[in-house]
Amino acid sequence: MSEQNTPDVEIAAGAIEPNGDIALPVHHPRRTDFDPRAAKRAERQVSIMFGLSAILTVAFVVAYVMIPTDATFPVPFFGTWSASNTALGVTFGLAAFFIGAGIMQWAKKLMNDKEVVAMRHSLASPEDSREEAIAEFQEGLDDSGFATRRILRRSLLGAVALFPIPLIVILRDLGPLPGDKLFITSWVPGMRIVLDVTGAPIRPADIPVGGIVSAMPAVLPAIQKAEGNLNARAKDVVLLVRMNPDEIRSQQGGTDDEPWDYEGVLCFSKICTHVGCPIALYEQRTHHLLCPCHQSTFDLADSGNVIFGPAARELPQLPIKLDDEGYLVARDSFQQPVGPSFWERG
Amino acid sequence: MSVMNKLGHQAEFLDDRLTVANWGKRNLRKVFPDHWTFMFGEMALYSFIIVLLSGIYLTLWFKPSMTEVVYNGSYTPLNGIEMSEAYKSTLDISFDVRGGLLMRQVHHWGAMLFIASMTIHMMRVFFTGAFRKPREINWTIGVLLLTMGFVEGFAGYSLPDDLLSGTGLRIAEGIMLSIPVVGTYVSFFAFGGEFPGDEFISRLYGIHILLIPGIILGLITAHMLIVWYQKHTQYPGKGRTNDNVVGYPFMPVYMAKAGGFFFIVFGITVFLSGVATINPIWAYGPYVPDQITAGSQPDWYMGWLEGALRAMPNWETTLWGHTISWNVLIPGAVVLGVIINLMLIYPWLEAKVTGDKKEHHLLDRPRNAPTRTALGVMSLTFYMMLLIGGGNDIIGSQFNLSINAITWAIRIGIFILPPISFVITKRICLSLQRSDRDKLLHGRETGSIMRLPEGAFVEVHAPLSDNEKAVILSKNDITPLPWPEKVDANGVKDPNFKKDHRWARLSHWFFSDNVPKPTAAELAEAEAHIRHSAAEGAPVIAHREQLEPEGGVLHDPSAVEADKEPITK
Repeated sequence: MSEQNTPDVEIAAGAIEPNGDIALPVHHPRRTDFDPRAAKRAERQVSIMFGLSAILTVAFVVAYVMIPTDATFPVPFFGTWSASNTALGVTFGLAAFFIGAGIMQWAKKLMNDKEVVAMRHSLASPEDSREEAIAEFQEGLDDSGFATRRILRRSLLGAVALFPIPLIVILRDLGPLPGDKLFITSWVPGMRIVLDVTGAPIRPADIPVGGIVSAMPAVLPAIQKAEGNLNARAKDVVLLVRMNPDEIRSQQGGTDDEPWDYEGVLCFSKICTHVGCPIALYEQRTHHLLCPCHQSTFDLADSGNVIFGPAARELPQLPIKLDDEGYLVARDSFQQPVGPSFWERG
Repeated sequence: MSVMNKLGHQAEFLDDRLTVANWGKRNLRKVFPDHWTFMFGEMALYSFIIVLLSGIYLTLWFKPSMTEVVYNGSYTPLNGIEMSEAYKSTLDISFDVRGGLLMRQVHHWGAMLFIASMTIHMMRVFFTGAFRKPREINWTIGVLLLTMGFVEGFAGYSLPDDLLSGTGLRIAEGIMLSIPVVGTYVSFFAFGGEFPGDEFISRLYGIHILLIPGIILGLITAHMLIVWYQKHTQYPGKGRTNDNVVGYPFMPVYMAKAGGFFFIVFGITVFLSGVATINPIWAYGPYVPDQITAGSQPDWYMGWLEGALRAMPNWETTLWGHTISWNVLIPGAVVLGVIINLMLIYPWLEAKVTGDKKEHHLLDRPRNAPTRTALGVMSLTFYMMLLIGGGNDIIGSQFNLSINAITWAIRIGIFILPPISFVITKRICLSLQRSDRDKLLHGRETGSIMRLPEGAFVEVHAPLSDNEKAVILSKNDITPLPWPEKVDANGVKDPNFKKDHRWARLSHWFFSDNVPKPTAAELAEAEAHIRHSAAEGAPVIAHREQLEPEGGVLHDPSAVEADKEPITK
């Protein structure tokens, strides 16, 4: 790997196509190359940067010890900042930066800036090396008998092909089989609909016309406590909306005797049928419900049908009625799975 | 035996055991070409190191557990709220561990920088053709690194179990469910049952801090070794050929520049983390599957996939009691898979239509590979459309536009704008080629107008500098693959005719409108003409560099005279 400032002339001569000039551009000396004072100045600049870095590192330690984590300071237009985080970040960041900037200045001003040339060599091995390697390989192959002893080869390949199976089988206990879990929720006939924050039961009069309320089955807190996770919450949550009964154009079910709404109060799953985000943006005037994740829009006055966006299916409606005490309860469970589609859903 | 100095004695210990002298004599002064665009790959490497280091600190305090606890800590707005231990420990890192918030922010800023610099680095490699033989393997490794970067980034911002990251996981679960046949099982096995379960954060943690970083580290090591072994590509210029490498020696110049640059990237990342908040998880609150905020956005590098999810029409098929959710499957899995595969095969595809098996170490100027450049710009347009679509709600609310209108614009634009950008880019490239050819043959336009003795006005053209010439002449003229003959001279039918014909057609599509660079004869003639004109004081002025000693073709005093003559308008 020879390095030289005057490249091979043969290459230039051998070029048939006009492929540019082979000689390197003229080297322009820098000021620091011929003016010792400029070089001295550059040296000073570099050492000052290194010195600044050292000071900032010490400042970091001081800031770490002195500034409590809850100290803040106001920054015009940017609100209140954490004093500790800012001091630590600025000192440590600049300490690193000045080391880098110093080295850069050193490299640019004081290290040799004359370009050098090295020749490349074809990456391919010479032909005889290739032949030798193949011969070696062939010899090894013959020694092993891998090519000729067919039964050994096949049984080995078979065994090795099966070998990873335990590694996959052992993943089985990562989780239970789905079963019917995606088809069911905690909603059963007669289940009280309660506010999702306080757990208080809801009377129709609590919801004004045009209002929307986040709710859950009364049993949810108990289930959550028993299961120790949020699985039930991810399926069971619903929205109650109230509109003028005349504005309801259609519902997902119900008869005149057993309507799915209660005097304009409708109950829908809160989980988007696209990929499962909770839906929260309700436009009172149009009865449109918009998912903040991917903007699927459902018309709650029209069976919760999709009117825009990537969701394919309507928002499942929960049939509701009043119980003896005048609180809203589920008339029945959900009549279709809630949440995103899945293969077995049908 | 040469005289051993002090360093030699120390090196002896190593060399006796590891033969380091052999390596050192070949590599310590290895030549590295220099160009500012080579910085992005370095940036990716350094930001990965930064993320690795800051990540180690975070593991000391972070508790990857979904066990529900009640928070009572320094961040009073969340006191009394139930949350997972993962979220609580992230709050503790942010508010109680001194420098903890800094490390978290360094980790997040570093991750963003890692993926951003990989993306730009990959664009540089693509547009300059650095992926060509012999570097196809390194391109492949690069594509895998970018993909791993996406996965690792997503896993990372999902770990704190805040409202935003939980929403992201819910979407990921929805995508899993959309996989035909096995989707439901994949989801149940991943989450240990139904979503969200109580296992996922701890599982993801192992993947995030061990599995994927391990893979990335391995791939980066291979990437670096190959770069080192194959020697870096270089941009064309005077004195640079496909057979040499022009630059600065590894020790000390490149070592200093690379080492110094590490500290600069480190410094900027830490400084940014000190003054710019990123991912303020305390403001989002803990994850609860029934809560959400408007304007939910993933990290930027996931934005285009989010955009695909948003723009996709709501197609779903139900067949024999089974559901296929095209609306989720296509944007969530198919788009990414197809694009990664296209990126993986591109170097081989281009090599096939180019029909050359040469090594390429001199980088292409994007204009000299118009079809490639146009394909690249087309892909970027596609990417940008999806990225814009991923922010349709933000754009809608900021600019008071209808979300539906924006979404429709994306749905239509994604099919129309990429081809348009392809055509425009290709035309620009070809025009630049023509202008290059012109410059070689007639010199550079100076903007100076000169009046000839007979009264005519002409524009003064200046000859190019040697470096400009070398850059333009670096162009690699490619002849499209020959059209195959259906029947050869002996009347034998070519069994591969159809296949070869297809490849030839693709090759012609790629290369047939190339503007060839001047031949040596044309160039010599043009040069003679320019010299001649210059000698007569006609419209040619010397380029500044041309007047410098060793530099010039043109050394005519009349040229200097001509320099003073022109009437400038």
